[in-house]
Amino acid sequence: MEEIKIDKKINIKGLICPYTFVKSKLAIEDIEVGETLEILLDYEEASRSIPKSMEDHGHKVLKVEKINDTDWTITVRKEKE
Amino acid sequence: MEFTDDQLQRYSRHIILPEVGGKGQKKILNAKVFIVGAGGLGCPVGYYLAAAGVGTIGMIDNDTVELSNLQRQIAHNTKRLGVYKVDSAKETFESLNPDVTVVGIKDRISKDNILDLIKDYDIVVDGSDNFPTRYLVNDACVMLKKPLVSGAILRFEGQVTTILPGDGHCYRCLFEEMPPAGLVPSCQEAGVLGAITGVVGALQATEVLKVILGKGDVLKNTLLIYDALKVNFRRVKVPKNKDCAVCGPNPTITELQDYDAGYCRI
Repeated sequence: MEEIKIDKKINIKGLICPYTFVKSKLAIEDIEVGETLEILLDYEEASRSIPKSMEDHGHKVLKVEKINDTDWTITVRKEKE
Repeated sequence: MEFTDDQLQRYSRHIILPEVGGKGQKKILNAKVFIVGAGGLGCPVGYYLAAAGVGTIGMIDNDTVELSNLQRQIAHNTKRLGVYKVDSAKETFESLNPDVTVVGIKDRISKDNILDLIKDYDIVVDGSDNFPTRYLVNDACVMLKKPLVSGAILRFEGQVTTILPGDGHCYRCLFEEMPPAGLVPSCQEAGVLGAITGVVGALQATEVLKVILGKGDVLKNTLLIYDALKVNFRRVKVPKNKDCAVCGPNPTITELQDYDAGYCRI
């Protein structure tokens, strides 16, 4: 599988909604259009709601992956300011 | 500037909005808004702007809290009877949100102090209850090119308009001259449903926040009229008057006047 270049990573383990998305949104504001953000989280509901919210805000969700029993990573490409 | 954990929680519902985000919330925190009057309109406007995190709120009002104010002036309360309204409002708004500094001025706004008072603010809100003040605030904002969100209420009706000098209409494009004293009754004479001030004040606060954020349409070249009895919102177009005495290309009003002449104060 093609490797995705990650420009910024955040770890929001321990956070619950809506702060999972608040932190993710602030992080994506800090990168440039075309760059990618990887979000590491352990709140299951956010593994579904963050991708949906990111798409609603016009960004591209490249990957959602369960990496172990408790954690997920979500990879998002910033598509607009 | 980075948000503190408390700020992330306090403003989370703003930050989540695509039109606000962290950048928009920082604009709000850095904004300076001047409110004329700490009464029926000034209270809800200031309340929502404080909740939103507007960093500096200036307020001018010379009155003290009276029992008859409390049916609508929600920043004050029964324990604060006799306290200056700006002191009462400062206490309320700063305890709602410690990110906010309220600068209270116990004075009447006049042609001699207004330019100095508003010059360091980004946006002005008119929550005054009389025509001389409304025209004074309009003319001063046009001269200093300050956005002005003007509101008025009476009985069951309210009006809001947003003046962006140099861009849209001004209050004089809408109503060229002040109505003669006594023609339009005051709230004291005619009454006002308290909750109307909340509707109009919240509309004004919303307009202010949109101007700060630069998002959406504002009531530029438009007067919004709310009729509570009929539950009707009406938008009336207000074209910029090319012969306007203050914002036209050849203004005849080039300095602030004695707006009180011929007007009795109540």
